[in-house]
Amino acid sequence: MLLLTIDWSFIIEKLILISVILGASLGVATYATWGERKVAAWMQDRKGPSRAGPFGLLQPIADGIKLFFKEEIIPTDANRFLFILGPSLAMLTACMASAVVPWGPSIELESGRVIALQVADINIGILYVFGVVSVGVYGIMLGGWASNNKYSLMGSVRAASQAISYELAMGISLIALLMMTGTLSLAEIVNQQHGFWENGWFTWNVAKQPLGFIIFLVCAFAELNRAPFDLPEAESELVAGYHTEYSSMKLGFYLFAEYVNLFISSAILITLFFGGYNFPFMDQVAGSVSPIVFSAICVLVLMTKTIMMILFFMFIRWTIPRFRYDQLMNLGWKSLIPLALVNMLITGAIIIWVLN
Amino acid sequence: MNPHQLVFWILSVIAIGGALGVILSRNPVASVLFLIVTFFAVSGHYILLNAQFLAIVNIIVYAGAIMVLFLYVIMLMNLNGDVEPQKSKLLQFAGIISGGILFLVLLAAFKTTQLNTTPINASTSIGLISELGQVLFTRFVFPFEISSILFLSAMVGAVVIGKKD
Repeated sequence: MLLLTIDWSFIIEKLILISVILGASLGVATYATWGERKVAAWMQDRKGPSRAGPFGLLQPIADGIKLFFKEEIIPTDANRFLFILGPSLAMLTACMASAVVPWGPSIELESGRVIALQVADINIGILYVFGVVSVGVYGIMLGGWASNNKYSLMGSVRAASQAISYELAMGISLIALLMMTGTLSLAEIVNQQHGFWENGWFTWNVAKQPLGFIIFLVCAFAELNRAPFDLPEAESELVAGYHTEYSSMKLGFYLFAEYVNLFISSAILITLFFGGYNFPFMDQVAGSVSPIVFSAICVLVLMTKTIMMILFFMFIRWTIPRFRYDQLMNLGWKSLIPLALVNMLITGAIIIWVLN
Repeated sequence: MNPHQLVFWILSVIAIGGALGVILSRNPVASVLFLIVTFFAVSGHYILLNAQFLAIVNIIVYAGAIMVLFLYVIMLMNLNGDVEPQKSKLLQFAGIISGGILFLVLLAAFKTTQLNTTPINASTSIGLISELGQVLFTRFVFPFEISSILFLSAMVGAVVIGKKD
């Protein structure tokens, strides 16, 4: 009787959606590695990958095959179970956050069935992302410790303290945004940013919370371990940090998880601050095409915005040099957290005295 | 057995297994990891009760922040069986006896309790964040503010201890 109580069509619909989203995130992440090398090459006046396929487009696949065929080395004194658990956790948490991102408006079929382009519209959407992010640091910590290497341990300690420090400022900057939206559900936050211009002001949250956006962006850089905050893997001081002892596809998982994270966090940044799948004149477009085509356009708009965000992350990486460790901690605790608190107070004051 | 009960049993097995792992494993790092597993299972129970906010805060605060600091300290201390001080036989014996007495007291206490099997009639949205906020800032506003002052004093204390002079 257990099987009868489950709505199978619902499960199949969600399974298809999850597979498509996972496939898309992995695909985007694969080509983000290619894009990163091309951007780096362009900024340094080089050619970048150009041998495998046209414009080097087959390079990520060649890299993947290479990593699979490399020799697997597990250090003798390493804790084998945790050594393997580390990269697996990194990859798992990277993929998990995509579950709450609304990729497009719901499609209503002629039979009356509504298909949501979001795996789960949960009440606590954005907190779920925070939960996944805070668990993600275990991948790096366990990997670094299990390698039984001082440099790896230093790298993982740096990663953990950096992640915890910047999570605070990130959370507080987000509280200001949530005070304006009054909800934690990402689908609802996107709906509130409908269109582009309404009542004499932009609907997108970046125009309502500019300071909050900047704080959130800086913290996102730190959470992603990307330059200028890539201290956990500072190759000049720590010999690559937490993944020194890793080889073959386990190393590949760590590096690849960072690109999956890059894609997902860009999508979340766009969802929170740049209107998600909304675009100017969307009501006029919705009136002239069928619902399915409209949803497809919305998904494309979200993808375009996300890829622009990823490119922005890449430009910063190849422009700004790495922080020193004390500078990183001072920026996090003494600048960003007070700034985020002030932003929260200003937002509260405006909501009470101006908007009411 | 409906899916709800099935999930309940799976989560309970994970929670109790994880809790046993915490106290039975020799390696302190493994203990911390088992504790994290237990926290996740408890969060799963919260979700079954539709207390989504509590579930996710449990993961963010306990599994995500506090346990990372625990792990951090244990990893840097590099504890293992060789450096751990061995307790004397007398101490172990005393531990067994006092633990056994505690078990007897608990058993006696639980034996006479009546199991209240009728579920409390609560609305299904009671654990959602808006309901929780309403309750915290109206009915329980005084304890809420008191506990925030407690946290503030703990924070000031931590800063004072951590400050080099």
